[in-house]
Amino acid sequence: MSKDNQILEEFTSKEYEHGWSIDIESDQAPKGLTEDTVRFISAKKEEPEWLLKWRLDAFKKWQSMKEPKWPNVSYPAVDYQDIIYYSAPKKKQQLDSLDDVDPELRETFKKLGISLEEQKRLTGVAVDAVIDSVSVATTFKDKLGELGVIFCSFSEAVKEHPELVKKYLGSVVPTGDNYFAALNSAVFSDGSFCYIPKGVRCPMELSTYFRINAANTGQFERTLIIADDASYVSYLEGCTAPQRDENQLHAAVVEIYAAKDAEVKYSTVQNWYPGDKNGKGGIYNFVTKRGICAGDNSKISWTQVETGSAVTWKYPSCILKGDNSTGEFYSVAVTNNYQQADTGTKMIHIGKNTKSRIVSKGVSAGHSQNSYRGQVHVMKRASGARNFSQCDSLLMGDQCGAHTFPYIDIENSTAQVEHEATTSKIGEDQIFYCTQRGIDEESAVALIVNGYCKEVLNQLPMEFAVEAQKLLALTLEGSVG
Amino acid sequence: MLKIKDLHASIEDKEILKGINLEVKAGEVHAIMGPNGSGKSTLASVLAGREDYEVTAGSAEFGGKDLLEMAAEERAREGVFLAFQYPIEIPGVSTTNFMKTALNQVREHKGLDPLDAVSFLKLMKEKMQLVEIDQSLLSRSLNEGFSGGEKKRNEIFQMAMLEPKLSILDETDSGLDIDALKIVANGVNTLKNKDNATIVVTHYQRLLDYIVPDFVHVLYKGRIVKSGTKDLALELEEKGYDWIKEEVDATI
Repeated sequence: MSKDNQILEEFTSKEYEHGWSIDIESDQAPKGLTEDTVRFISAKKEEPEWLLKWRLDAFKKWQSMKEPKWPNVSYPAVDYQDIIYYSAPKKKQQLDSLDDVDPELRETFKKLGISLEEQKRLTGVAVDAVIDSVSVATTFKDKLGELGVIFCSFSEAVKEHPELVKKYLGSVVPTGDNYFAALNSAVFSDGSFCYIPKGVRCPMELSTYFRINAANTGQFERTLIIADDASYVSYLEGCTAPQRDENQLHAAVVEIYAAKDAEVKYSTVQNWYPGDKNGKGGIYNFVTKRGICAGDNSKISWTQVETGSAVTWKYPSCILKGDNSTGEFYSVAVTNNYQQADTGTKMIHIGKNTKSRIVSKGVSAGHSQNSYRGQVHVMKRASGARNFSQCDSLLMGDQCGAHTFPYIDIENSTAQVEHEATTSKIGEDQIFYCTQRGIDEESAVALIVNGYCKEVLNQLPMEFAVEAQKLLALTLEGSVG
Repeated sequence: MLKIKDLHASIEDKEILKGINLEVKAGEVHAIMGPNGSGKSTLASVLAGREDYEVTAGSAEFGGKDLLEMAAEERAREGVFLAFQYPIEIPGVSTTNFMKTALNQVREHKGLDPLDAVSFLKLMKEKMQLVEIDQSLLSRSLNEGFSGGEKKRNEIFQMAMLEPKLSILDETDSGLDIDALKIVANGVNTLKNKDNATIVVTHYQRLLDYIVPDFVHVLYKGRIVKSGTKDLALELEEKGYDWIKEEVDATI
């Protein structure tokens, strides 16, 4: 018996020793987080031993860690024992076509304007829909399959492609990376998996819509994207959440691996419930997103439009390991009412002639606080590294705040790093100019804000850009006058 | 079309307009002249609905409706257009996009369907020629990096697009060389018809050589102190404003 197996054996026996009381037939894990919860989730998903071990290892690390206090946000302490860590949707059987999807779910999709059949027919977007943590519908799989592209739920990937998952899971965001990543690693319920084989240019945008459904269910999504040599993929992630009263924790992890000459474009439109006008309720969005440009000449580009969440803590980052690799980060973060966002990026230059570009546009309205936090780190080896950062803040009203925390660490004297920052206010002059042409105030603000964010919105795929523009307008509704 | 009666307006408790009376009928061109600080631009802003100003007394009726009751966008939709003295820059928003948004909101107000992209572009091409404006300018960010002349031509282009009933040109001649001035004036004259009216606010007579007014009013210390025909403008050109100031100041 190998050493690994011995350890697994020990774990397995331990499990029974303590008596495992959670009913496996239950659709929900009981509230709270113990080793048993982790085992329950893993068993529920019929996972192999190595993954259970991986989760338990993460759980141990998490137990020894402390929630970070450095972000420029404040929120009531999260009671991690008061969260349901797993809940499956009612429907259990495997679905063959869209017709088998719960009509109620389809209705919700329609309301969100993302009806699957419409997307299938009109836009050619393959959708892997994550509802309450478990994928219920996946489309376009066959077409992608012909090219060898794998796009499926994470659980499915564990079953069908264990060798890939085992190789790359945790390779970009290790289990002990940070408090929330450790938590996610221990209890992640599902997510998306994507593999683009060598030389394949994925012909369609891969898209996942996330949505929180049942009350009191934390969402712990896990996404793993692997782009093999000289491949290309554009991946879209978007989410909307229905209104609710209680705070919800969302701690996702996204890992991207780009091999030699590969390019990955990852776009997000994030619209978690931000809480009501008085700051009551809303989602806590503590996300770890990181990509590694492992191979030479590879490229990872993050584009995000953040309009939701009561509290956002998120820094999509790039590790530029391969020579001549490129990292990009385009961000719009809009906060209104009592929202708080601390978001930005890290660009870690390791390889030679690596390039990074950061364009961050913050919009604060109401009583919100909006912080950009970014790090550009040029390591010793990274000769010829270049970075350009631009951080703009737009303020609406005089009750909100915009903050910028740029960190620059340079260990190689050949590096060229540029940083530009501006802060401006939406002028009454601008609004009057619009209203004088017959444009109402709300539309005027939307127009001005969309113009301000244009550089970032331009990075989004067309259909996503339209949705994002609508979201920006919606988020800032009632912020003037 | 426009009836202003005893209009008083102030900004930060300072009274700027002290009882304006003016009637503008369809088909007419009125010039409002006056020395700096007389309240010309304030009058234009108050009519357009800028919120910085508080109307403390008087009334303004537009097309039988109470103009002062309306929000700025309602006035615009009803057909009041202000060509700004200092057109505002809106980064990232092209003139095309801006105009499309504006035009469709005005159309909606009139109960018309929004213009589709093709009809809109057709209309735009047609109006562009009026002010000799280049399409490339219209796809750039609104007024950003425009020269003075480009900004003013852009204002008249917008006026042509929206086809207002009442156009108020606030110092449209300022910052224009003679060629640009002619182009702008030509645009205004082409748009003029028996159903619309124009108020030209200007400090100098120069513009009135090209946009010929039916009436000229001199504004001084917040009141219209003298009205006449275009000859009055010429007289002002020749003699300056001092004689009017003396006349008025003597009676106060």
